[in-house]
Order: sequence, then structure tokens, then C-alpha cells
Amino acid sequence: MKHINEIENVLTPETKPTSTLTPIEIPSNLKPTTFKEGFGWQRLGIGLITPILSLVLGFSVVGVVLALTGNNPFFVYGEMYGSAFGDGNAFADTLVQAIPLILTGLAVVVAFSVRLWNIGAEGQFFAGAIAATGTALLFDKSLGSLAIPLMMLAGMAGGAIWALIPALLRAFLNVNEIISTLMLNYVITLFAEYLIYGPWRDPQGFNFPLTRTFDEAVWLPTFGTTNVHLGLVFGIVAAIVVGVLLARTVWGYELKVMGDSLTAARYAGINVIRNILLAMLLSGALAGLAGMGQVAGIDHKLQQGVSPGYGFTAIIIAWLARLNVIGVIIVAILFGGLVNSGYAMKTIGISSGFVTLVQGAILFFVLAGEAISRRLYYHQDLKKILSSAVVGRVPE
Amino acid sequence: MHLFGIDIVLLLATTIAAGTPVLLATLGGILCELSGVINLGLEGLMLVGALAGFTATNASGNLWVGVFAALLAGAALALVHVFFTVTLQVNQVVSGLALTLLGTGLTAYLGRPFIGVRTPDTFQPILIPALSDIPILGPILFKQDLLVYLSISLTLILYFYIYKTRLGLQLRAVGENPATADSMGISVVGTRYLYVIAGGAVVGLGGAYLTLASNPSWLENISAGKGWVAIALIIFAGWNPLRALIGAYLFGGVEGFQFSLQAAGSDIPSFFLKMLPYLLTLAALIAVEWKRKVTAKPTPAPSALGLPYLRRDKN
Repeated sequence: MKHINEIENVLTPETKPTSTLTPIEIPSNLKPTTFKEGFGWQRLGIGLITPILSLVLGFSVVGVVLALTGNNPFFVYGEMYGSAFGDGNAFADTLVQAIPLILTGLAVVVAFSVRLWNIGAEGQFFAGAIAATGTALLFDKSLGSLAIPLMMLAGMAGGAIWALIPALLRAFLNVNEIISTLMLNYVITLFAEYLIYGPWRDPQGFNFPLTRTFDEAVWLPTFGTTNVHLGLVFGIVAAIVVGVLLARTVWGYELKVMGDSLTAARYAGINVIRNILLAMLLSGALAGLAGMGQVAGIDHKLQQGVSPGYGFTAIIIAWLARLNVIGVIIVAILFGGLVNSGYAMKTIGISSGFVTLVQGAILFFVLAGEAISRRLYYHQDLKKILSSAVVGRVPE
Repeated sequence: MHLFGIDIVLLLATTIAAGTPVLLATLGGILCELSGVINLGLEGLMLVGALAGFTATNASGNLWVGVFAALLAGAALALVHVFFTVTLQVNQVVSGLALTLLGTGLTAYLGRPFIGVRTPDTFQPILIPALSDIPILGPILFKQDLLVYLSISLTLILYFYIYKTRLGLQLRAVGENPATADSMGISVVGTRYLYVIAGGAVVGLGGAYLTLASNPSWLENISAGKGWVAIALIIFAGWNPLRALIGAYLFGGVEGFQFSLQAAGSDIPSFFLKMLPYLLTLAALIAVEWKRKVTAKPTPAPSALGLPYLRRDKN
């Protein structure tokens, strides 16, 4: 009897609202909607219009906050735009900021593709910067420019090791990687401070907390008269490598399956633990390379404020780019402009934290736009599911 | 009583004071997560509460106006989170991260004029007559400010509410199995809205403790990761308020210990001492998961945590 009742309920859902209540997981809620989902205008809508609209709305809402607190939003945004994209020099500085963002953004993409929340790109960036600095301090005088590849390796190894800890904890003990990566961020930042206040402090540095400047031989070459350094090439090469790895290899396919369903991946015989470790190692290595690029290409020493939060901005970049590597490069340049303009904010008396506010607002609008476009798409889909699957539904 | 040049009684008293903001944040987070909504925005909520409490107290000269403002600010920001996660059903992890960014950025921007300003008033320790005269225990337990007593009472009330009342059962049902709860006539959306907002208010109060009791001034990023520690403590506590109390005071103890060691002029570089609270938080989390693995117990996390709930027949 019960079975017949249930079938009736399914057929006429509006009459008995309480008996067919099974939660349906919205397919792409746990990951950003990727370009491959949806068709035609939906793909265009989700892929392009949503991020653009979110940027516009995010800036508008923050503009209202600016106006309410006695600042002229047009003036502030004008200053921001000028300092980020106003002329060739401004754009070069924006590109400089984009380099670590591309690499950390890719790091987050790799981890997110297996649904690992690597919030630790910031810490892995520091680990890479520390390891590269150590290598430079040891070898820059003896090996000269030959030390650069060594510094790259050290940077990647440093980041990878710092990512391996949460990866092992996650793979074997199921320790939440969000918490572990975050806690390790604080630990490594403090360790970097210890080094520059203690053993690595430059004796000729007038007591400032920084290491000695590296020998010019290990400075990354720059393009023309700008500060844009070889790291940009690292970023682009890394984007190609990650793109090919994720989209064109068996390993990438395994990660994709794991990202969609860990259970399905286990049934398919995919070595889940190995892939979690490998994905995190790659993620950490990319963030570590970003740290290496920063000390070898820009600062030429280890000092405080080596990162204004690249690893955190990277999370937004990865999400906005929908885990697409070309998207990461484009969004990283936009956000490079945002970070770059943060420095200009200080000169007009606005906290550089303002940039964080803009980022948070944009991310919320990205999420909202995604939810709305997904719902439009999903509703059509659901009608199909309901009309075809209702009769075939087998009650327990 | 002194040990290695550290006054033990003073250390334990500061333990409780240092643990209180984290305790409140953890309690708020537990309320939110029991309804099935992950909240990674605790850090942002704490900052907003801290700044709101500070500015309101400054403007009014009344601490309780500050407390009220902090509750309100926490609730308001939590409303953003619940709207996005429950109504729009966006990814809860990302919404929480966005909330932290928003809270951090907003308070950095709005709080700039207040840096260096002192609050006209702070919560002062209240001596409980007779009890505070007990040697050792007296100064530790009965010589604290009102918010400490409030947070301990709240822990007990929440424990009772969650595990011993019908409403608490309904809350847990929504977090464990929203479909069943819905079929029993409990509003899943309403419950989630209620507890995410209420939780946000409590987290906001935790933030206000920083500016109204611990440190009578506003600093950018004054919470310094305490919101993230609270998220770890939620897991450590297994979503149980009483165990959250233990976890928070453990954290407070390490925090107090590293301050005392620094004050006692320890040879260990202060950077390593400052790492201790974060390392301990991580170690506690590892211990909990290790034990769970050895005993093969299922996780005490609410089963529907992080999953959006969609009523099938509504579409």
C-alpha cells in the first residue's frame, strides 16, 4: 500500500508536499561552474557575463560604502584605475603584481580540481620564498647565475613540502585541510619573521628586519626598463603545463573524477590517496615558485611584507576564472591591478585593507551571479528530470 | 606560586580571559554549523563585532551599547552568509571565505580613523564576594569580568538547549537530516536562518570582547586568526559546547603561557612562542582525528553540513 501511495505522490507532487522530500544536490554547487557545463547562451552567460556583471556590481556596492563614508567614489576609483592601468608604467607594475597571483592562482586551481581547499597558498608562497632565499644566501656568490635554477627548485620544494604536511594529514587522518593549511600559514609567516629578525638579518642593514641583498647575478632578468621579470614566463609556462595536465592527461582525468565524486573515483580504482598527495605537492610547488619569483625578481632579499596576501587573493582568482588556466591569467592581471592600486590608496588616506573589501564584495557577486545563472539552467534541467524519471522511480 | 619565573595563578587567570573571545566565537560557530551551514566567516564576524562594539562604546560611553552593537553587527553580517548559502545555495566554503574578506576589508577601511583611540570604558574584573577570597581558585575563577561569566553561562545554557530541549533536537535534526526534519514540519530554511544569524551575533560578541575587555583599543586585524582557531575548535569539540569550553581555555592557556614566557624574559625567540597557539590548535585537531581513526567512530559533524537543501517537490 505504501508503495502505491508514494508513486501517487510523485505523480502529483503539488497535492502532498511532504513525502517526496529528498535533498537534491545541485550538481555544480560544490565547485565553480566550469566552461564545459551548459550550452550556447548559458555557457556564454555563465562564463563571461556573470564575472563582468559581478565586477561591476561589486565595485558599485563598494562605491556606495565609499560615498556613505564621505569619500568620492569616482575620485577613488579614478585613482585606482590610474595607478593600475593608467599608463605603461602603471600597467607594468600591475603585471609585476600579477606574476605571483598567476602562480598562486594556478596552485589553488590544482587543489580545487580535486576539491581540496588549499587556503595555504599564502604559507606555501612564504615557504618557497624562504627556501629560495636560503639558497641565494648560500650560493649566489659562488655559483652566480647558475644559482637561479637551484633557487627555483628550492622554492618549489619548499612550497611542496609545506603543502605536503596538510596533504598527508588529509589523506591519512582526514584532518580538515582548510584549518591545517591556515594554521601552517601563521607558523611559516612567523618563521620568516624569526629568520629576518634573527639569523638571516643583514649585519649591514641598520638593524632593519631584512636579509642582505642577493648578488645581482641571481636577480631574475627584467623586460626592458620595467620591473616585469622572468617570473611572468614562469607563470605562463606553468599555466600551459597545468592546463595540459588537467585537461589532456589520464592523471588530470582522474583528478576530475575525484573532484566530481570521491566514491566514484574509489570504485573506478583510482588511487585517491596518491592523487591527493600529488595534487597538493603540485599546488604547493606552484605557490613556492611564486615566492621564489618575488624574492629573486622584485625584492632581491627576504623582508617583511613579501606578500600582501597573494595566497588569499588567489582563491578568488581561481573561483572567478572557474578553474580555467587562461581565465586565471586574465583575472590575475585584473586583480594585479587591484593589488597594485592598494598601494596608491595609502597616498589618498584610505586603508590598503580597502582592496580586501573590494575583493570580498566582488566574490559575493560572483557567487550570486553563478547561483542565479545556475538556477535558470537547472530549472530547465529539473523539468526534464521530473517528466522522464517520475514513472521510473522505484520506492524503497 | 611561581614556576620558571611564571606566576601560575596569574597565568590561569589570563588563560580564561584569553580563551573567552575564542570560546564565544566557537559557540557561535557551533550554533551555525549544527543547522548544517559551514561558516568559515568567523574571522570576519569577529572583526565586525570588535569594531562595532568599539565604535558604539566610544560614541555612547556605555559598554552595553557596545555589546548590543556587536551582537547586531555579527547578526547582520551572518545574514549575508545565510542568504547566500541557504537562499541562493552557493558554496558554503566560498561564501564563508568571502565573508572573512568582506569583514576584514570593511573593518580595515572603516576602522582606520579609530586606530590609536582608547575606549572610554572597559569591562573590569568583578570580585564575587567571599568566593574570590578563596586562595588560588578565587582569583582564577571569581575575579573575572562580566563577559567571562556570561560566556560560561552561555556555554551551559547552549549545552542544555542543544541536547535537552525539543528546540535543540529540531536544530540538530535540520543539520543531520533536513529532509526528515522537513517532513516532520520543521522549516529547514527558517531554522538555518535563525541559527546562522544567532550564531553570528555570538561570534560578534566574541569579537567585542577583544576591544571592550582584552584591549581597550582598535587595531586592524585585531582578531589575529582567532576566528580560524575557533573553526578548528568546533571540530575539536565535536560540535559540543562543553568541549568547546575546554578547547577554548586550552587555547587561552597556551596564549597566556607564551605571553608569560615572553614577560619572564625567556631565551626562546618570541616568534616561536607566538607559533604555539597555532601549532597547538593543529595538534589538537590531529589528536581528535587520530583518535577517531583508531576507534573507528563516525565523525560527529552534522551529516548535512555543507550541503544545500532543496525541496524536490517545490520545483
